[in-house]
Order: sequence, then C-alpha cells, then structure tokens
Amino acid sequence: MSKPIKQIHLAAHFPGVNNTTVWSDPAAGSHIEFSSFAQFAETAERGKFDFLFLAEGLRLREQNGHIYDLDVVGRPDTFTILAALAAVTDRLGLTGTINSTFNEPYEVARQFASLDHLSGGRAAWNVVTSWDAFTGENFRRGGFLAEDQRYERARTFLQTANELFDSWCGDEIVADKDSGVFLSTPHAGEFGHQDAHFDIHGRFNVPRSPQGRPVIFQAGDSDQGRDFAAASADAIFSRHSTLGAGQAFYEDVKGRLARYGRRRDELLILPAASFVIGDTDAEAEDLAREVRLAQVSPQTAIKFLEQLWNRDLSDHDPDGPLPSVDPIVGENTISRGRASVRMFKDPIAIANDWRSKAEAENLTSRELIIEVLGRQSFVGSPQTVAATINDFVQADASDGFILVPHITPGGLDPFVDQVVPLLQERGVFRAEYSGTTLRDHLGLGPLPKSSGHRGSRSATGVAS
Amino acid sequence: MPDSSTPIHLAVALDGAGWHPAAWREADARPAELFEANYWADLVAHAERGLLDFVTIEDSLGLQSDEPFAPDDRTDRVRGRLDAVLVAARIAPRTSGIGLVPTAAVTQTEPFHVSKSIATLDYVSTGRAGVRVQVSARYDVADHFGRRTLPRLSPAAIADPAAQHQISEYFAEAADYVEVLRRLWDSWEDDAEIRDVATGRFIDRDKLHYIDFEGRWFSVKGPSITPRPPQGQPVVAALGHGTAAYQLIASSADVGFVTPRDADEASDIAVEIGALQRGAGRGSDPVHVFGDVVVFLDDDATDAQARRNRLDELAGAEYHSDAAIFAGTPEELADVLQEWHAAGLTGFRLRLATLPHDLLQITEGLVPELRRRGLFRTAYDATTLRGLLGLSRPANRYALA
Repeated sequence: MSKPIKQIHLAAHFPGVNNTTVWSDPAAGSHIEFSSFAQFAETAERGKFDFLFLAEGLRLREQNGHIYDLDVVGRPDTFTILAALAAVTDRLGLTGTINSTFNEPYEVARQFASLDHLSGGRAAWNVVTSWDAFTGENFRRGGFLAEDQRYERARTFLQTANELFDSWCGDEIVADKDSGVFLSTPHAGEFGHQDAHFDIHGRFNVPRSPQGRPVIFQAGDSDQGRDFAAASADAIFSRHSTLGAGQAFYEDVKGRLARYGRRRDELLILPAASFVIGDTDAEAEDLAREVRLAQVSPQTAIKFLEQLWNRDLSDHDPDGPLPSVDPIVGENTISRGRASVRMFKDPIAIANDWRSKAEAENLTSRELIIEVLGRQSFVGSPQTVAATINDFVQADASDGFILVPHITPGGLDPFVDQVVPLLQERGVFRAEYSGTTLRDHLGLGPLPKSSGHRGSRSATGVAS
Repeated sequence: MPDSSTPIHLAVALDGAGWHPAAWREADARPAELFEANYWADLVAHAERGLLDFVTIEDSLGLQSDEPFAPDDRTDRVRGRLDAVLVAARIAPRTSGIGLVPTAAVTQTEPFHVSKSIATLDYVSTGRAGVRVQVSARYDVADHFGRRTLPRLSPAAIADPAAQHQISEYFAEAADYVEVLRRLWDSWEDDAEIRDVATGRFIDRDKLHYIDFEGRWFSVKGPSITPRPPQGQPVVAALGHGTAAYQLIASSADVGFVTPRDADEASDIAVEIGALQRGAGRGSDPVHVFGDVVVFLDDDATDAQARRNRLDELAGAEYHSDAAIFAGTPEELADVLQEWHAAGLTGFRLRLATLPHDLLQITEGLVPELRRRGLFRTAYDATTLRGLLGLSRPANRYALA
C-alpha cells in the first residue's frame, strides 16, 4: 500500500539570541529595528511559508556572573512585534513564544485574541514554561514556582486560556442600530476557573477571534512535555532534525494522540532546522564550514565548554585538547538563563564521550564543540536540500521544518528563491495560499463550536 | 506656562464607536468592525491627515461598564475591546507622523512586560510611541487575575478617608510602576551594541545596567531584554481628577490629561501641578497639561446640540462625563481652547463623541481654524512624538557624563 504524498509545512524562525546567528557577517543587519523584522516576514510570505516564528526570553543570560555578550543580545516584545508584522503581511502565520509562568491567563488570552483579530486569524502561541528564580527577579511574584510544578502550571494555564477564548461563541455581537441591541446576551464572556494555580472569574472582554483561539505550539521534549503536546497542542516545535531521531520522536508523539482522543493529523511535528545552500554540494560544504567557524569563535568555544564543565575555563586554550579536569556535577551555577544546560544530565559521561571523540578524530576543543554542537541540518545545492527535506517529510521524520537562517534579515532569501520553487515543482509545497488563516495553512480543521459563556449552560464551567 | 501665542497641541481620544454610549447607532458608525484592524487604521489615518500630535486608545482589563467601580450587564452599549498596545502596533507601520499612545493598565500588570512592549511600539513606529498609564480600582478586574483582592469603592463614599487613602495608594503604586518603566528603558545605553568582531563581543556589557528597583509593591532586577528605544524614553501620560493623580502626573508623567470645567479651573489645575512638580524636584522638566473635553461638533451649533440630544434620547439618559462636554461649531471650540490655553493648558485631548463624524470635524474644521489663528502646525516638524511635543531626548540616567 503506497502512502499518499504529504504536503510539506515550512516556517521561518527569526534568527535568535544564540550562536546560530552570525552577527559578525558583513551582511548581518539589525536585530531590533522593525525594518529587519518586516523584511524577514515579507521574504517568508513571498515563499508562501506557513508562519514566522519568534522566540522569547525574559532575562538576559549570564555566564561567570556577567551578562553574556558573545551572541546577539536584545529583542523586542513578542506580541507587539507580531501585531506590527500583521500590518506588512497578509497571509503569513504569526507564531510567538509566550511564557506561562510569568504571565496571567486573562492578559495573555486577550493579547492573543487581539492579535488574532488584528491579523485576520493568523496568531499562534508557543507555550513555554520556566521556573527559575533568576528570571523571576524581573517580575512581581519572583521565583514562585517549583520546577516540578512548571508543566502543571502550563497545562492549567492553557486550559484556563482556552476557557477564556471559548467564553464568547462568536455570535454575541448583534450591533443592530435600529433596535439598539449591541450584545445578544448579558452573559457574553462569563468565565470561572479554580484550581491549584488559578482562581479567577468574571467576564472576558475580547469577542471570539477569527480562529477561535490561537494555534497552539509546544516545544518541550521531556515525557511530560510530549504528553502535554499530545493532549493540547496543534504543533510541536521539536529539536530532532536527523532522520532516525526524527522518525522515533514522530512515532512516539503521534502514538500518544489516541490516548487523548485525537487523530494523527491533528498534531504537526515541525523540527527546527538550519541550512546552508551553495551552487553545488561541494560549494555548500565549504560555505557551511565557514559558517560553523563563525558560529563557534574561540571565545564561544570556551563558553560552551564552561556550560558543560560548570566551571570557569577562561584560561583554557580553545585550540588545545579538552580540559583534563572533570565537570563540576550538581546545579549549574556557571550559566544562568539558558535552558540548554539542563540537558546535560550526566556531565561527566558527556565529557568522557567528548574526550574520546576528540582523541579519535584528533580535534581541538573548538573543533570538538563545532562537531558536537554546530552541525547544520541541511547542507547542499538547492536540489539536494529540496530532495532531503522532502525525503524527511515523506519518511515521517517530520511534517515540515522551522528554518533557522544564520543571517538577519536576508538569510532566508536563498531558501525562498532557490529551494521553494523546487519543492513547488515536486508538488509537495503550496504555490499559493489556499486559505486565509494559519489553521488553514496547517490543514487543521475548524475548531469545534464553543458552547460559549457559562451563562448559556449549566454550572459545569468551573474546571476541576 | 504657555503664553497665548504658543501653538496648541492636539490629541484625540479614540474609544470604540465614540465616547457617547449611543455613538455606535449613528448612521456613519461601524459597530460591527470595532474588532478589525482596518477600522482603527482608518481613524488614525484621518487623525494623521490633520497633523494631530497623537491619538490615545482606551483600554481596560474588563468589559466596559456604566458604573465607575463595578461591572454592569448592559447589552445596549459597546462592550469588548482589543488590547490597545497591539492596536497601536498594528497601525504603526502604516502611519508615519502621528504619535500613538495606548492605555496600559498598571494595577494588575507586570512593569517588565509593559516596558518592553512600549519600547517595541517605539521601534515599530520609529519613535512615535507613548503610553497612558491607568490605575484600575475595579474589584471585578482584580478578580480576572486572582492575585489580589481590591476593596469595593462606591461613588457615594468616594470622599471617605479610607477610600481616599486607597486611591492614593493606587497612584503611589503607579508612580513606582513608571519609575520601573523609565529605568528599564534606560537600562541599555544607546551605544551598548558594539559588534566587535575582534573580541567576539556583540555588546559592551558595561553599558547594560541592573535597575535593582525595590518598592512596596514589586521588585525588578533588569536590565530590559529590549535595547533602549528610539526616543530614549517614550512619552508617559496619565489622566487625573484630583491631587493623588496630579502628584503622579507631576512626579512621573510627560503629559497629564485633566478635566477642568472652565478656564479658571484650568488655571488652578495647571498651577497645582506646577507646584507639585517643583515639590517632586522636576520644576525644570517640561510637563504638558492637556485639557480633556468631550466634543460634539457640527458646522451649525444647533445641529451639534440637536445631535447630542438625539443621542441622549437613544441612550435613554443624559450623557455625563468626568470631562467638560462641548457641543457647538469648530470655531466656537477654537474660542474655548484658546481661552483655556491662555489659562495655562498646553494642549487638549478631545474625546470624540461619535466616530468618524467628530474626528472629521476636528481635522477639517477645528484644525484649519486654529491654523488661521496661528496656533497649530502646518506640517509635522519632527519625526518623533517627543519632538512634536517639544520634549528633548532624555539623557540616560546610567550613562557616565
């Protein structure tokens, strides 16, 4: 039985505040002026991409007790920049990361509902959690959340936000000038929610938006994160961009959907992926090597070592072998505000792996860091990249990719100009948008109709 | 204090279909489009054609209510609002001269979030952002957040000492809030981004600053995640009806919106705010005091009055406001504004009774009339909102001289 040919979904990640972004390239533009965001979004829309993706961080990162200064630093407010981008695009989805720990559901729900109205149904929310007191120092509540509570808070935050989105059915605004009836019911927007994290009630003040609610993304990779996504997300922003790991993740997450009464096509899996394109595969390989060297400067290599070793290595020679001392095990104190350090579950074992690899391949510290952390996902001619991406998707390693260019704002152009036409020729990527909302682009059906405000039904609205 | 020949600054206050509760029933009203971007874009484009200083956009973290301190369950009024900062951001790339001053509620929200959202509005508008900070004393709005319980205030008991104390506490918290906004805007020096390839450093971290704010209601560490915005400090505005709010305006704002009933009251308020400013050590800082006026404008004064009466009848009650209400011709309004301007107000925020009618009366009637009198600009003579208001770009408090 042959499988039907899948349509690929593509998104563009605005270059982030990490070392993937090569700010030192002469072509690199501003990371904060609106013109950079507008140009990037216009390029993505020219390429008929599903959406633009914006990350978020609520405290500047620190290392060795200082603000980290080697990567791009500084970014705009997620909601505000997406609302402005809605003015310079017509179809492109607008996906923003918003934290569920240092926000409250009423405010986030009205910002997303507003963005969805102002963009004509193009809003999406990547729900993330954090728990650290370090970030909390910027907020009224401080570091109030225990680490083991963060998914529970995210889950109930999203549930509460969905109740707010659903508190208007969509037909309440009559606005009949003759009769003087503006609202069909005095109960529009009524809600009430009580659980361990939220105890709120009243009336939501944004009428139902074009998509009903934003498209929901989730990025966590843990078992809990996968269940959270399987239960309540429309798409996963994953990190598995190799074929084998991608297929395993895909099968695992899609396999969880039935448990929540959902079909396999109700959750899209979209890994982040970087790319380097050349006229030929060989040229692309050369270019990719240059990019890796720019991404991992000698100074950056040391910082990466420190993040695993959890100790000051400022005197270490990046062009020499790996440190002979062992990492300090325990809470990572050298690097703060960086989620990736939590993935180093067993630093001593990882250090030993790295040493073996460095010895076997005769790599310096910097070369080793480039090898283990700096490989691009897709490197080759446009033909090679298009074929590889299509193979991944058809082999169920993903439903598409969120592309992360390394140059702001022009880094997406080679992909849009050279790879997208090849995917369109193969019939695996849209030549024109067929719908107006992000749900349309992602092939997600319309939401089930909201049963509406609590006033229109029995008193079951208070969630457990 | 302005003399009578200094130009008048003009802003318009946009809210739903207009400030009169029956505005949405007018023939030219677009009540079914209140939640669409084009509705707001059209209004602001009109205001920009009139070369107005800025528009304000009302907001609240609860449904509108005819009660000042409590919700209502009316269905015959406009109910529902989009987030005002996001409306302003959606409009910004499609305008080029006019200032954008959305309302931000401060009693429930995080100063860190609002600081970066207004900084970002300043980036997307290339220097035309402001924010009107608003205290929310409604207990039902607090219940939407569940983080604090606010005492119930009633209009009848508003003069009681307990209520007055509570209100002054809200305004004191708002002053702390603005202090945090301003410190966060300054937390990056203008030249912090260095892109020094030789040392691999994107920023000079000595030019980023912890704000270390600690107050009674919140503590904020900083620095901001957003670099210092184009204006350095976007314009901060606040509306006030009494001494507690005048104190906030005097200590913290660039523009105060006040609600005198006549020229004498306008003069008294301007003097009081000036004295409070000196008391707060800001005697030499320019602080604009704008008079808020609700306007019904027609080419014929009897038409304006008749329109007001007709709208009152539709609404089922005479319209009252915290601000003075004017119904007449643009020329008559120009007379009033000129008199109040001479009494000490630097500008006006006109609350449009109906939209788009009263906005067009301003851009096509009032503005040309003020120009004839030499009291209003003939072109945008600055590219930032601070520039339009004659405010210089502030030095950064953290930068070494």
